[in-house]
Amino acid sequence: MDKKIKVLVAKPGLDGHDRGAKVVSRALRDAGMEVIYTGIRQTPEQIVATAVQEDVDSIGLSCLSGAHNKLFPKVVALLKEKGAGDVLVFGGGIIPDEDIAGLKAAGIAAIFRPGTSTEDTIAFIKDNVNLA
Amino acid sequence: MKDLVAGLLAGKVRPLAKAITVVENDRPGKRELLKEIYPKTGSAYLLGITGPPGAGKSTLTDKIICKLRQQGKTVGVIAVDPSSPFSGGAILGDRIRMQQHALDDGVFIRSMATRSHLGGLSKSAVDVMHLMDASGKDVIIIETVGVGQDEVDIVRIAKTTVVVMVPGLGDSVQIAKAGVMEIADVFAVNKADRDGADKLVSELRAMLDMIKDKEKPEIFRTVAVDDSGIDELVQGIYAHGDRVVASGLIQKKITEKAESELRAYLLDSIMARSVAMTDYDEIVKRVAAKKITPMDGVDEIFAGLGMK
Repeated sequence: MDKKIKVLVAKPGLDGHDRGAKVVSRALRDAGMEVIYTGIRQTPEQIVATAVQEDVDSIGLSCLSGAHNKLFPKVVALLKEKGAGDVLVFGGGIIPDEDIAGLKAAGIAAIFRPGTSTEDTIAFIKDNVNLA
Repeated sequence: MKDLVAGLLAGKVRPLAKAITVVENDRPGKRELLKEIYPKTGSAYLLGITGPPGAGKSTLTDKIICKLRQQGKTVGVIAVDPSSPFSGGAILGDRIRMQQHALDDGVFIRSMATRSHLGGLSKSAVDVMHLMDASGKDVIIIETVGVGQDEVDIVRIAKTTVVVMVPGLGDSVQIAKAGVMEIADVFAVNKADRDGADKLVSELRAMLDMIKDKEKPEIFRTVAVDDSGIDELVQGIYAHGDRVVASGLIQKKITEKAESELRAYLLDSIMARSVAMTDYDEIVKRVAAKKITPMDGVDEIFAGLGMK
């Protein structure tokens, strides 16, 4: 049988704006993926522990509080620490242009900002996820 | 695979997580993996939690985990949510209520989608239970909407099954037709601070009064979000487990469980062989064209497999 792509959609940080995360979760589900959604206000530690237990292929991080430069790289670093550095991490939210290069250098594979088509996100995951 | 098994048996998180993926996706090595760990299973307390969507199963599970952790027990949780019949995808949201345990090494939570292959969920969920059992979890909770044969099969293998009900979902006829009466060992009437809770409890009692041939399930009132009634519920669960052991019913349950596991694999295997070794698609077409009946089709398939 086909391997299902398993994605953790998580909201690190203190903002409670989860509409975007829910829309993305729904779109990924409709694209045939299994999406684990853990709700708002998660710490990077909680997100990574969840990703390891669930053995996900990808993590989508949504943050609208402005703390993405701290929180997104922390998730990637913790994943590597736990031996799960092969998980594809992408992010979304209100993220200024000038922050994108830094986030990519820190191991966030892609940043999807407001206005992104969910099709683009779906295609990106399918093309880049490591299903070994 | 050796490392995976050794890590899993040592109770490590990532090997258990990887092993579950092997089982859930029918990956190569599954058979060997299960062979290694199967003899090391059987000591965990299997607890089924079922009930309609929105009844509060996940919140109740979260509170039960807290009590078990206070007692020093390690816990595995299998949280089942439905797959979309259209896209095959799923949103697995049960963990939202349980994230306070995310950093507790004594709690391992895994979400599973029902997916859609024949008997598939119950088979892989049982195998996931075995993996958690072998990794040393004292209690394994399987949480699922109790709809459909697959899910009923899962809860039936539990030592104790809790059916969660809430006021306001319908009258006593709904209770009678839901089929939940047969699978419940313990009832939790959750959101018991709401209107209609007393009526629901008395309707449940009236239904349970008709049970003559087996023990009547106990009913507990809970308000999971307020942590109310959870101590009593957990005590009630253990009391049921003790009675299952004391009465010898446990042997029957173990045999039933083994039979149900064997049956699931047998059906899968017959199906796989039928497709691989006979003109399966051709027979399907002839049934569709009304040339033969489905029963005749089965005979042809069995003949193709060399069976009478």
